[in-house]
Amino acid sequence: MNYKNLIKIALRALNNNKFRGFLTMLGIIIGVASVISMLAIGQGSKRSIRAQISEMGSNMIMIHPGAERFGGVRQSASSMQSLKLEDYEAIARDADYISACTPSVNSSGQAIYGANNTPTTMYGVNEDYLSIRKYAVGEGEFFTDADTRKAAKVCVVGKTVADKLFPNGQEPLGQTIRFNSIPFTIIGILTPKGYNSMGMDQDDLIIAPYTTVQKRLLAINYIQGIYASALSEETSAEAIDEMSAILRERHKIKAGDEDDFSVRSQEELSSMLGSTTDLMTVLLACIAGISLLVGGIGIMNIMYVSVTERTREIGLRMSIGAKGRHILLQFLIEAVIISFAGGIIGVLLGVGASVAIKYVAGWPIYIQPYSVILSFGVCTLTGIFFGWYPAQKAAQLDPIEAIRYE
Amino acid sequence: MSANIIQINDIRRDFVVGSETVHALRGVSFGIAPGEFVTIMGTSGSGKSTLLNILGCLDTPTSGDYYLDGVSVRTMGKNDRATLRNRKIGFVFQSYNLLPKTTALENVELPLLYNPTVSSHDRRKRAMAALEEVGLHDRMSHRSNQMSGGQQQRVAIARALVNDPVIILADEATGNLDSRTSFEILTLFQRLHAEGRTIIFVTHNPEIAEFSSRNITLRDGHITEDKVNTDIRSAAEVLAGLPKEEE
Ligand SMILES: Nc1ncnc2c1ncn2[C@@H]1O[C@H](COP(=O)(O)OP(=O)(O)O)[C@@H](O)[C@H]1O
Ligand SMILES: [Mg+2]
Repeated sequence: MNYKNLIKIALRALNNNKFRGFLTMLGIIIGVASVISMLAIGQGSKRSIRAQISEMGSNMIMIHPGAERFGGVRQSASSMQSLKLEDYEAIARDADYISACTPSVNSSGQAIYGANNTPTTMYGVNEDYLSIRKYAVGEGEFFTDADTRKAAKVCVVGKTVADKLFPNGQEPLGQTIRFNSIPFTIIGILTPKGYNSMGMDQDDLIIAPYTTVQKRLLAINYIQGIYASALSEETSAEAIDEMSAILRERHKIKAGDEDDFSVRSQEELSSMLGSTTDLMTVLLACIAGISLLVGGIGIMNIMYVSVTERTREIGLRMSIGAKGRHILLQFLIEAVIISFAGGIIGVLLGVGASVAIKYVAGWPIYIQPYSVILSFGVCTLTGIFFGWYPAQKAAQLDPIEAIRYE
Repeated sequence: MSANIIQINDIRRDFVVGSETVHALRGVSFGIAPGEFVTIMGTSGSGKSTLLNILGCLDTPTSGDYYLDGVSVRTMGKNDRATLRNRKIGFVFQSYNLLPKTTALENVELPLLYNPTVSSHDRRKRAMAALEEVGLHDRMSHRSNQMSGGQQQRVAIARALVNDPVIILADEATGNLDSRTSFEILTLFQRLHAEGRTIIFVTHNPEIAEFSSRNITLRDGHITEDKVNTDIRSAAEVLAGLPKEEE
């Protein structure tokens, strides 16, 4: 007996009970469709978070003063002043695993030009900041080492700030604006980056030499942070270790004592958020998997009814020469056809639903090929698994009793 | 004796029901030669169906030997018996046992579906030939539920013929039919017999015995009579003598 004939027999049986077959399929359809769309949502948000983190900077490592503390414990004022410019200089000079490095001081305040004003933040950094944070100067130019050395009152503004202060299309380049009463000449405008994934406007900032911000704006002798780029994503950990070692040595921290600074890297952030979304994906997929299981039980239920209903048919088939395995395969193929067809429809529906979610709700989605193959495979296995028992029962019927069954 | 299509020697069949043993067959022996039309008669419970199930390789005797077409069946496994049924036996049941919602042609094709040596083209050809033989050439694509009892039984007979069996086994094949249709079916069996087929027809109705060539009577699992019928009545003549059906 070849499989073609068995498939033909199974298809005929399903054809005789189309509506019931469809209802049975529905469980599988819903299961597969929800697995696919849940995974698409989970993977989509994971990818979008990763993309947003990577647009934040290139392999960025951030160093802040004060020990790493959780729960918002207040730290003493002196511990917040532990980072000095010399620390930055030592890192810039001695660290081998980094490609760029800048000190950072910042001040929020009011930027004013004529009658227009806008609240914003001024970052005092050096020119490495551009490559670390993936900014670029669109018009004009960035300040030079000479500007930094003499604490020149020049700045580069983000698009949002420029638009707020120059709403009527005036040329901002060369104009002098005031930030917290200090005059700054605009020498460049950043290429717009837009909003990041957390809804923050990445163009709402002013960049100035760190010396200017430190001395003229804040009048402090410490720095508030150090930003660096690791040579590559893979060497990020080495870069962190190296920088920590330099700082610990400079700060004379004994072995075993806690750091008086904290180091965070983009990879850390990315994997932290990634694991959160992974957990979410697993949860969603579990729920979807349960519905697939319920669909499988539906198949088993219907196959049982079907075997009981068709006891006489089974008896007849056996008496005209069907072997046990023919009967087993007939019912198994029937179950697999139901789950397979349900799987195909479910995949189409799941993909359709994902695309609909993307366009209607605007959520990021990503359909991974493996999730399609996986749910397809799982539902076919479901068909075999849940079809097996009823089919086995059918195959073990005694032909004499089966054919007399009322 | 080896030329016999069926040879059984001292067949016994016991059923154990709870703590009791039912002796359905208590030593039955006979041989059936090619071309015989045998009726097996007996009252209800005499062991006819049990015997037929054994002859049809659906059941195995508790003891005794059974040779079908020269092959010993008693020691065969389940699967070999299934193959034997598929190639050598044609069954006709009291309640037709056609597949529901399935055309006559597909029903007749069914045994050949389980025979991998028959191509789908051959299958169709042989099924059509079998349906023609039972006079249903114009009903091939009718579904089983669209046919009368007599027609359904003809389809079932065509199904029994399609694998060209060495023997046709019928269990109360006219039991569900009115007398006119019964004679039509008997006419068909007599024609098949005339064409050289070997038939065993189980019935509790003694009248039917008059149409066969040999009568075996069972009682309580024993053969009480086994005689050759020299005066075979023609079912076709009886049919012609019956009052015409009202239109
Ligand atoms: N599967 C079975 N289990 C127990 N007893 C059975 C079984 N099949 C038949 N019998 C018994 O065997 C005897 C013969 O039955 P059967 O061959 O069906 O008679 P018939 O067909 O002549 O009416 C009866 O007494 C019946 O009760
Ligand atoms: Mg009986």
